[in-house]
Amino acid sequence: MNEYEQAQQTFFEESRDMLRQIEDALLALESNTHDDETLNGLFRAAHTIKGSAGLFGFDRIGGFTHEVETVLDRLRAGEIALNGDLAALLLESGDHIGHLLTETADGIEQSETNAAGAALKSRLLAWCPSAGAGALAASTPSAPKASAPERPWHIAVDFGPSIFRDGMDPLSFIRYLGTKGDVIGVTTRIDSMPAAETFDPEICHLGFDILLEAQCTKADLTAVFDFVKDDCELRITAPDAEVERWIGVLQGMPAHGKRIGEMLVNCGAVTQDELSRALATQQDSQGVPLPIGELLVAQNSVPDQVLQVAVTRQRDQRTEESRFIRVQADKLDSLITLVGELVIAGAGANLLARRAGDPRLLESTQVITDLVEEIRNGALQMRMVQIGETFNRFRRVVRDVSRELGKEIDLEISGADTELDKSVVEKIADPLMHLVRNAMDHGIEMPDVRVAKGKAPGGLMRLNAFHDSGSIVIEVIDDGRGLDRDRILQKAWERGLVPANTELPDEEVFDLIFTAGFSTAEKVTSLSGRGVGMDVVRRNIEALRGTVKLSSRPGEGTVVSIRLPLTLAIIDGFLVSVGPASYVVPLDMVVECIELPESTPNGASYLNLRGEVLPFLRLRDVFGIDAPPPVHHNVVVVRNGATYAGLVVDRLLGEFQTVIKPLGKLFRNLQGIGGSTILGTGEVALILDVQALIDSATRNAARQDGTTRREDTAESTFGPAATSSTEN
Amino acid sequence: MDENTLTIDGEFGIYRAAELKPQILAHVIDIDEPVLALGNITEIDAAGLQLLLFARREAANRGKRLRIGSASPAVEEVLHVAGLSTDALEEAVP
Repeated sequence: MNEYEQAQQTFFEESRDMLRQIEDALLALESNTHDDETLNGLFRAAHTIKGSAGLFGFDRIGGFTHEVETVLDRLRAGEIALNGDLAALLLESGDHIGHLLTETADGIEQSETNAAGAALKSRLLAWCPSAGAGALAASTPSAPKASAPERPWHIAVDFGPSIFRDGMDPLSFIRYLGTKGDVIGVTTRIDSMPAAETFDPEICHLGFDILLEAQCTKADLTAVFDFVKDDCELRITAPDAEVERWIGVLQGMPAHGKRIGEMLVNCGAVTQDELSRALATQQDSQGVPLPIGELLVAQNSVPDQVLQVAVTRQRDQRTEESRFIRVQADKLDSLITLVGELVIAGAGANLLARRAGDPRLLESTQVITDLVEEIRNGALQMRMVQIGETFNRFRRVVRDVSRELGKEIDLEISGADTELDKSVVEKIADPLMHLVRNAMDHGIEMPDVRVAKGKAPGGLMRLNAFHDSGSIVIEVIDDGRGLDRDRILQKAWERGLVPANTELPDEEVFDLIFTAGFSTAEKVTSLSGRGVGMDVVRRNIEALRGTVKLSSRPGEGTVVSIRLPLTLAIIDGFLVSVGPASYVVPLDMVVECIELPESTPNGASYLNLRGEVLPFLRLRDVFGIDAPPPVHHNVVVVRNGATYAGLVVDRLLGEFQTVIKPLGKLFRNLQGIGGSTILGTGEVALILDVQALIDSATRNAARQDGTTRREDTAESTFGPAATSSTEN
Repeated sequence: MDENTLTIDGEFGIYRAAELKPQILAHVIDIDEPVLALGNITEIDAAGLQLLLFARREAANRGKRLRIGSASPAVEEVLHVAGLSTDALEEAVP
């Protein structure tokens, strides 16, 4: 490589860095439009690309970047303001510069890239009315073909044979097309009409070629023929301008994980029907099926050039993804199941080794156990994904919904790198969407209302995630009006959900919102600021072994916190026994183990733990075990979030890795049991649902207290411990 | 009306297509300079249009030229929608 080529190489690398800076700056500016430093940085980055491109004589890059720079200059001067549209346009332009860099580096020039560039350029020009289009065009070699007279839509339609008999008049569709635009030419074809003797005049052999000038989309035109869509063959050829628009949309579309057909439908180039038809052809075909894109081109659904853009987009995306291997989820699942079995088998071998008492055997099983644990962690890690990707999807949602509602709402994301199981992530997206929309719709007030209340006009949504005692906690936070506690309670009294005039602690009042009958109540929005379907949200979350809690302060906002297990497959457990039965407590929830003080009275339901109140449950009573009690009882102190409780057991058997086997349908309603597992000895142990047990212990203790002691008394007692351990 | 002219009256559409096809075909076959008189047609649909195009094709196949003696407004309108006219119908099949 000579010096010049090396310099070129540096230019490409540096320009890519600049593009990344541009993108970061644009995203940052979207949330804070008046940051001069970022604006200047943005302008400088574009300016540098343009200048260096000029140095090397890369006119395509320089010319296009010039347009971007012009807009950025106006932005910097405060002549225009950055809004969502402009940000989107600039982001697309950045992508386009990226394409130009790639093509220049590869020494190619693709016409579709030029077309996309021209489309972007005209959109950019709309932001700088003062700039003369002619002068700018001169600086770019790839002049747009926009000046050419626009080609009209070409609609070729062949009606099916039975259309007359069905009482349809093909001519009426042409007349109707006339209402969509100017029909500038029609040709009637009878190519398929058979010879005179066999010609049946009741069978339609007509075909029409229609030229239409109209401002509409392909879908609009297809809709004209919806009525007879199964009974006609329709081919629509779009005008150049429309094709350019499709290409523009395709260029700006994230191709991540999308199929070609999907991309083409999304950009408007192909209708859903056309795609279905091509898919049907693909399925019916013998031998090796043709790619869907080629079938679409073959059936004249899409111009080849548009397809090529989509294919290129997809390929670009694939190369970016090449650091990853795509693995089918079920392969990974079966690996994890196997690892689970390995864990159980390993525990069995360990047990035998311990009984045999051979130190060398013990040592080698210990090594195996350690390795198995690493394999297990590795396998689970493969399923772990950061929640950030899910969170980021909400940026768009918040932007769109807040516009729709006429509210100014910002989204703040924290804890995006918190990891959790992919299957959990997939299932949590819908409930989250519901909560976010609800909060924006009903929680956050209109700007004038906010100002009247002395708040900033713009609302703030926050999505936060963190790990806490073996769970992941996801919070949806808004700074809206908060829940109206009194009115919720009022409504609950009216509906008989709570005995009339019974007071409840805040938390239980808010909890009412999740009651099925409650959330579908008609006036719920004006009443509580929370919409329909919260019961569904809770059900979805509970199906993931999770919980959801609300807290709210009037006028200040609402926090919905969702607590979910990190994974659904395997847990580290703590094995205990009561009489002949073994139980597993999820290890993350175990705080410590103590001996039950002998002074504890038999019927007591709380004990004194270093001066704090600790409600406890005797598992012996909970599960009705008759075996003779041991001399000494042990207490396993467990916690869920900020609530603590003790579980009284006979023996502590130590840590134990375990695979969760779900309980059958028959046992679904069992309180206090979350699943089962198989011990090394082949016996079954039940996995305790610690949260349910804690709730039950707290309730018992409160009842025994004879007062309506609120659960958060216990919480505040343990306050400092809880806060210190939630940080991670 | 001379024998060169076939007059079609009233409705010219799907309901009469089966009845009119043999008449039109026979006319085009039998007559050297076939003429269709369409001045009294009150209604015409795409099936009627198809028969007109059929007549033109059959005439052309036999080296003849179909002529339209007269055309009612309904006929003119349908021809217009289909991108045709009486003159265009009389021209040789493209």
